[in-house]
Amino acid sequence: MKGNKKYDYYILLEKITPLIAVVCALLVGAIVIILIGENPVFVYKTLFSYAIGNRDGWGNVLFRATPLIFTGLAVAFAFRCGLFNIGGEGQMYIGAFFAAWVGFTFTNLPAFILIPLCILAAAAGGALWAAVPGILKAKIGVHEVIITIMMNWIAASLSFYLALVYKAPATEAMIAAGVKQMIPHTKEIAQAARLPRLYTILNSINIDFPAHNQVNVSFFIAIGVAILAYYILWKTNLGYEIRAVGYNPLAAEYGGISVAKNIVLAMVISGAFAGLVGTNEVMGYKYRWRQEIFTGLGFNGIAVALLGKNHPLGVVLAAILFGILNYGGAIVNIYTKGRIPRELIMVLQAVIVIFVVISDEVVKRLIRRRRKMV
Amino acid sequence: MFGEIFNVDFIASSIRIAIPLALAGLGGVFSERSGVINIGLEGMMLTGAFTAVAVTNFTGNPWVGVLGAILVGILLGLIHAVTCITFKANQIVSGVAINLFASGITVFFCWLLFNETQIMAKSNLPIWGLPLPNIGEGSTFVRNIIVMFAHHSPLVYLTIVIFILAHLIIFKTPFGLRLRSVGEYPQAADTMGVNIIKMRYMAVMTSGALAGLAGSFLSLEQAHFFVKEISGGRGFIALAAMIFGKWTPLGTAGAALLFGFGEALAIRLQGVTAIPVQFIHMVPYLLAIFVLVSAIGRATPPSAIGTPYEKEIG
Amino acid sequence: MSEFALEMKNITKRFPLVLANDKVDFSVYKGEIHALVGENGAGKSTLMSILYGLYQADSGEIFINGEKVNIANPNVAINLKIGMVHQHFMLVQPLTVTENIILGMEPKKNNVFIDMENATKKVEELSESMGFKIDSKAKIENISVGIQQRVEIIKVLYRGAEILVMDEPTAVLTPQEVEELFEILKLLKRQGKNIIFITHKLNEVKALSDRVTVMRRGKVVGVKDTKDTNQEEIASMMVGRKVIFEIEKKPFNLGKTALKVEKLKALNNKGLPAVKNISFKIREGEILGFAGVEGNGQTELVEVITGLRPASSGKIFLYDKDITNYSPRNIREDKIAHIPEDRRRRGIISNYTVAENLILGSHYRSPFNKGLALNFTAINNHANNLIKDFDIRPSDKDNFLKSLSGGNQQKVIVARELYGEPKLLIAAQPTRGLDVGSIEFVHQQILNERDKGKAILLISADLEEILSLSDRIAVIYEGEIVDVLDPKKTDEKEIGLLMTGSTTNKKLSKVK
Repeated sequence: MKGNKKYDYYILLEKITPLIAVVCALLVGAIVIILIGENPVFVYKTLFSYAIGNRDGWGNVLFRATPLIFTGLAVAFAFRCGLFNIGGEGQMYIGAFFAAWVGFTFTNLPAFILIPLCILAAAAGGALWAAVPGILKAKIGVHEVIITIMMNWIAASLSFYLALVYKAPATEAMIAAGVKQMIPHTKEIAQAARLPRLYTILNSINIDFPAHNQVNVSFFIAIGVAILAYYILWKTNLGYEIRAVGYNPLAAEYGGISVAKNIVLAMVISGAFAGLVGTNEVMGYKYRWRQEIFTGLGFNGIAVALLGKNHPLGVVLAAILFGILNYGGAIVNIYTKGRIPRELIMVLQAVIVIFVVISDEVVKRLIRRRRKMV
Repeated sequence: MFGEIFNVDFIASSIRIAIPLALAGLGGVFSERSGVINIGLEGMMLTGAFTAVAVTNFTGNPWVGVLGAILVGILLGLIHAVTCITFKANQIVSGVAINLFASGITVFFCWLLFNETQIMAKSNLPIWGLPLPNIGEGSTFVRNIIVMFAHHSPLVYLTIVIFILAHLIIFKTPFGLRLRSVGEYPQAADTMGVNIIKMRYMAVMTSGALAGLAGSFLSLEQAHFFVKEISGGRGFIALAAMIFGKWTPLGTAGAALLFGFGEALAIRLQGVTAIPVQFIHMVPYLLAIFVLVSAIGRATPPSAIGTPYEKEIG
Repeated sequence: MSEFALEMKNITKRFPLVLANDKVDFSVYKGEIHALVGENGAGKSTLMSILYGLYQADSGEIFINGEKVNIANPNVAINLKIGMVHQHFMLVQPLTVTENIILGMEPKKNNVFIDMENATKKVEELSESMGFKIDSKAKIENISVGIQQRVEIIKVLYRGAEILVMDEPTAVLTPQEVEELFEILKLLKRQGKNIIFITHKLNEVKALSDRVTVMRRGKVVGVKDTKDTNQEEIASMMVGRKVIFEIEKKPFNLGKTALKVEKLKALNNKGLPAVKNISFKIREGEILGFAGVEGNGQTELVEVITGLRPASSGKIFLYDKDITNYSPRNIREDKIAHIPEDRRRRGIISNYTVAENLILGSHYRSPFNKGLALNFTAINNHANNLIKDFDIRPSDKDNFLKSLSGGNQQKVIVARELYGEPKLLIAAQPTRGLDVGSIEFVHQQILNERDKGKAILLISADLEEILSLSDRIAVIYEGEIVDVLDPKKTDEKEIGLLMTGSTTNKKLSKVK
């Protein structure tokens, strides 16, 4: 095959299809905004300037991006093995619950033990939950898509139950008002299990940062995990085998690779990533387990993974983009006094996904046609 | 206690729970029989549920609401068809994308049009009472059975008709024969002059219509309102019913009924046993997993499923 | 009124990588059975696919009963009363006989439903007119291959076919079923049908046809009246006299027995016996070549030896160690190398780079894997060395394998498998689809290994390759070894005859 310029041009195109998809989606969004009767220029300007125009905005963006990095990595990692892990939602609940449980149970441990322990618990919870579909697929051959989705619903019920079992005692204010716990949530985790907020770190080195901003150390854990995912996939023997199985299980088998073993490992690691969402939500934000802080993150992880082309770096960037859209959407909602619903962002995100999928295929076909002519 | 649980009400609620599963599952049957995986049934059902209530509230007529749900289902089916058949994208990814899209767009429009996060259906579908034969002094049991079958929403009767039609279409008409051949061995069908692309488009759009109809039943009949994520995973359970029903209409209906029994039983046990309510909620999903595991090896999908059709060259 | 039922004139068809039909002239008299023969890749299937409208010729003309026609798709062909019975049956397994026959042309009742009674009646009438009964309600997956073929024949007759094309019809039949098929075809001829059948089994040509057309590498090399020719002449036309290069082979020094296979049996993917009791030995410094047409059990044999398929019975020994049913990893660790016959499916990961493909199979061992990380220095050095030694082009180790030509992909596979000094090399169709230069290269590598004292199992459908490389030749037919020959004392004709189902020269008289 000649490596002529036009040929390389298409390879480059393949890498920037996410950008094309985003731009197209924003255009569609603009049309919708016009139909609602608002000014898209104003809307987008507000969105972006508040989201990334100042430190507080960045903090909020990164805070929202953190769990998406985890769930996005989960989907991306499994996809590298040819697996569809739609179970990020459930793996997240269980992992976060494990982290919370360790956090409010072992209250006597010092921070330098308790924090890593909680983090490991989060990973373990997610890993365990993902092991079920992994083993079922590897040993019996059941397709993981439906199983992981069923596991999501089971996890939702299970964690609801567990939250009631480990319910936080009613506060005095609640007793005084005669109110029972409405949304189930657990006791708080020990102080030693909490991850410091970013503002404490930045303020201590004399950088101004608003104290109410929720972004915390978990963001760095997420970046660390992204680097870890990259390392595993491209720098280790395990990653070599996982990707081989994902590309061509027959050739992998021929090369002596155990397809079943790698399927299970890929799912387990993927689940562990999803479980780590708990570090942000539980250890870094609410300091307790609450069901409603999670919803939708698992599925948005799928969108993030697709947009990020299943590569850790892409996932991080896509997660940040979604964080911008999420936070920016909330801001826009406020500034248009509710005329633009926050849910517009959800629609935008889904449109992005559809465009990514289509543009991917279109470019792939262009390349194939080009290759045939060479 | 047995009588308290297994009575006419029990059967009636089993049927009610089963209907959306059965309809969506039937949609899955059409799509997968043509060779296209449709994971997006959940999203199509959800959108159908929303559309049904929204249109009902706007027009005051629940029948128009149902129609709207079906049309929206067809539209989403068309998107899935274009993505999977013409663009040959990964069918599972496309289905997941449709689900994401549906989640967002339903809540978006709900807020936009009604300024609420959930809306009540303003009018309901009538209950059609079939004329009861005069039994007179006959046994209560027989009378109960007749009451059970005679006192339902018209959508229930519609569902029964749809299933009979579906069975006839798939197994007794040329369309059905060609549909089945396209899903099993499209190359063979192609050599016999069958239009693979057209068949698959029709099948996928039909699955969207059925899923949309299922959604309308959910929001207009079962719940009488729409709230986000009201479909609650039923679109996926419907797939499990389809698999258990070996990709046939009657089998899917039977499997859906089984799921209906299971869930109805679980609900009845709620007040009665010491099992926490949350575990009872898990029952449909555990059942689905169990069904899928046991179906491996015993129920095989159409052979050509999941692969876009390419004419072989040289 | 033309005396020809069919004339194809000057047909040319080019695919991206190969000229499948090169100015082919092909004609069939009315009421004759005409055989179309040639090796794999000769162009026979392409020509018939053009006739059936599955492809369009780049140039040339087709005449049916003297009238020029344009066959744009199978529907047109069917309307022109051309019927095709494909080699791989176009039957939908879970459907019944009748359903398969009427698909696309279903008789209707009330314009809505399929009129099954009518259809069943027609099917049974057609089958009786051909002299046999058929269970029209049976599902295809439950009936034997021989009966499936009859279904295919009824299918074309149902559509009123006058010109029947049968593509390798006996490839999957037992001798008994072959006899029955011949009776049916002769009956159809008596009814005035025109039959074209594609085959590489020369005894059938003699038994059945009136005339035979021989193709080789896209061209027609001869058209003969069957009664005026014999199998040797046809075989030599098929195979040709060309010799690409002479290979100098050193006399061989035999060592110990490296591989011993005893009474091996294995099933294919459909659960039918594919390897039916094979036993053989290969010694160090020896190349044992298995000659045979693809589909006679070689694929399954290789898969069993390399751990990719379970043996249903029998044993495999590597230097007295029982390696039956070992996993592929264990097979590799015992230093058995495998050049797979389907390089794209089994042998390479096209989305991996050259360097990554070159370590497949040894990726988990040192020096490539050190503790928790891959050792890229070692991997890259390894890749660069092999690229140089084997002249892999382009020489960039970071190229994705899918961008390499077939020949270079095969070089990657060969380089990888020969690295580490394997004790036993299994090479299955190692030069399939390669250009002359790559073929020469691969042959040289295989001979080098032999001279180094390795045992080599060579599987090939290319007779020249078998003859020039092997020290002994085993001919495989329908899952069994029919004969073992000395390459110095045999030739393509004899092997060709054995490969295609006839037995030794002495038994030629058995064929009609």
